[in-house]
Amino acid sequence: MALNGLQLSRRRDVRKRWLLSAPALLIIFVAAIGPLFVMLAYSFMLKGDYGDVKFGIFSLDGWTSVLFQRDIFDDTLGLADAHLTILWRSVKLSLYTTVVTLILGFPTAYFISTRPPLSRDIWVFLVTIPFWTNLLIRTFAMQQVIRNEGIVNSVLTGLGIIDQPLQIMHTDTAILLGMVYVYLPLMVLPLYASMEKLDFRLIEAGYDLYASRLKVLWRIIIPLVKPGIIAGSILVFIPSLGAYVIPRILGGGKNMMLGNLIELQFGAGRNWPLGAAISIALMVLVMIALLFYVRNASRSGAGHG
Amino acid sequence: MARRTFDIRAQPGFGLLALFTFFALYLPIAALVAYSFNSADSLSRWDGLSLRWFISAWQNSNVQDAAIRSLVLALWAATLATIVATMAALATTRTEPYRGLTFKYAFINQPLMVPEIVTAVALLIVFSRVKVWTGYSGMGYLVLAHTAFCIPFAYLPIRARLESMDLTLERAAADLYATPWQAFRRVTLPLLRPAVIAGFMLAFVISLDDVVITEFVKSGGQDTLPTYMLGQLRRETTPEVNAIATLFLALSVLLVTVFFFVNRRKP
Repeated sequence: MALNGLQLSRRRDVRKRWLLSAPALLIIFVAAIGPLFVMLAYSFMLKGDYGDVKFGIFSLDGWTSVLFQRDIFDDTLGLADAHLTILWRSVKLSLYTTVVTLILGFPTAYFISTRPPLSRDIWVFLVTIPFWTNLLIRTFAMQQVIRNEGIVNSVLTGLGIIDQPLQIMHTDTAILLGMVYVYLPLMVLPLYASMEKLDFRLIEAGYDLYASRLKVLWRIIIPLVKPGIIAGSILVFIPSLGAYVIPRILGGGKNMMLGNLIELQFGAGRNWPLGAAISIALMVLVMIALLFYVRNASRSGAGHG
Repeated sequence: MARRTFDIRAQPGFGLLALFTFFALYLPIAALVAYSFNSADSLSRWDGLSLRWFISAWQNSNVQDAAIRSLVLALWAATLATIVATMAALATTRTEPYRGLTFKYAFINQPLMVPEIVTAVALLIVFSRVKVWTGYSGMGYLVLAHTAFCIPFAYLPIRARLESMDLTLERAAADLYATPWQAFRRVTLPLLRPAVIAGFMLAFVISLDDVVITEFVKSGGQDTLPTYMLGQLRRETTPEVNAIATLFLALSVLLVTVFFFVNRRKP
């Protein structure tokens, strides 16, 4: 009887907990998860003539046109070069962004974690401010630096190094610079979180055993902060892959990334099923990156190397 | 003065790279702010200091409308998100694992996992149809969409705080014949207040900053400050956009600073 009463009250507790969390779950279902399923359905429908879809008419056109295009003359399928170029640009620029932010972020996080405790907070705060500043504003700020009459070009022409301004805007380089700038704090903060816990006695031991500075870095520091490196890289790579605002402003109309290709299908492209299919493909890419992270994180948590 | 002892913490070039990084983080912002004080008609020239574009931005009725809309939207979304996130946090902490608990975690954090542009077009698909069906095209869609992606941000600090709180004080309250509601109102909620404030502020900033989802969900005439700026950036921009951005920046910095100090004060 006593056990039964306990079970009963436990069941009542669980039911109460479901009721309490219901509003949050409902809102996320209605305005985030549910629409993704609708979009999945849309990707299998025939496109409407003026956007939208012909509701309920099944078609694989959306998915085939992610990678292939029908030749307008002889109706044969060929690879959709434009889409492949954009896919490749997205992956490439996201990888570059990850590498560059790591190269800049690693020394920065190390620098912060070796400051005296009181000033550490201030350095972290200095990284946090850009992080919480509107992404659009930061992208616009980068534009001020690299545009033809911007700081870089003014300084270079002022010094007489170049006489024509460098055309950086509307190139892949512009997008890369923008993404590095915008996502850098996402690399520094997790790196710092793991470096803060670094045990400097291990480094001292390394030097006692006649390791060089480089060897200490490679064999002691980097292996110890590996979780931070992985976390930072994932945190930078994932939003880079889905970037939309940065390539739109800095890349101009021509240098699109996946996010812009998606938007195009819902705007001038008037191909919603294709847009839906690319969106889902992008989401799957992100999920793969996340899974890779989760597996790595659990592995490096279990063993120590 | 150079230290003669061997510094085990030093790594060659790291300090220099770090200082370069900080310089690079602030140079663009400094440029943006500097140009907002430019008196010239376009960004390509520098004609000297003036507040002209701040005045022009301040008096621009489109900017005023967008700013008010942004603030109202953020206030609604952050309030709703904080309320439901607090309830969800209470429901998912300080308990033995039960069926569906992991599911709830995944569900609540889902908006963080999906690229914004994907959620944005999915919402466009659904809401454009709902708008036709119901004939309603007000701010409700934006409030709903913003609330959804604000929930995980409000949830995280509240959940973290709850997990570090033990049940002793609430049990004591119950022992003293407090009703569950009294115990919650008089004991749990006051202890939770800093985390609720932190969650609200995070949600507020996240909603205020959003561009992508707003851009795809809004109906005509529902520009927020970020989408208004995005629209302006398409054309040749005047320093007015810089002035708006500078004011926006000042607001963000203020919020972050408050957040930083509220959070740092250890209870």
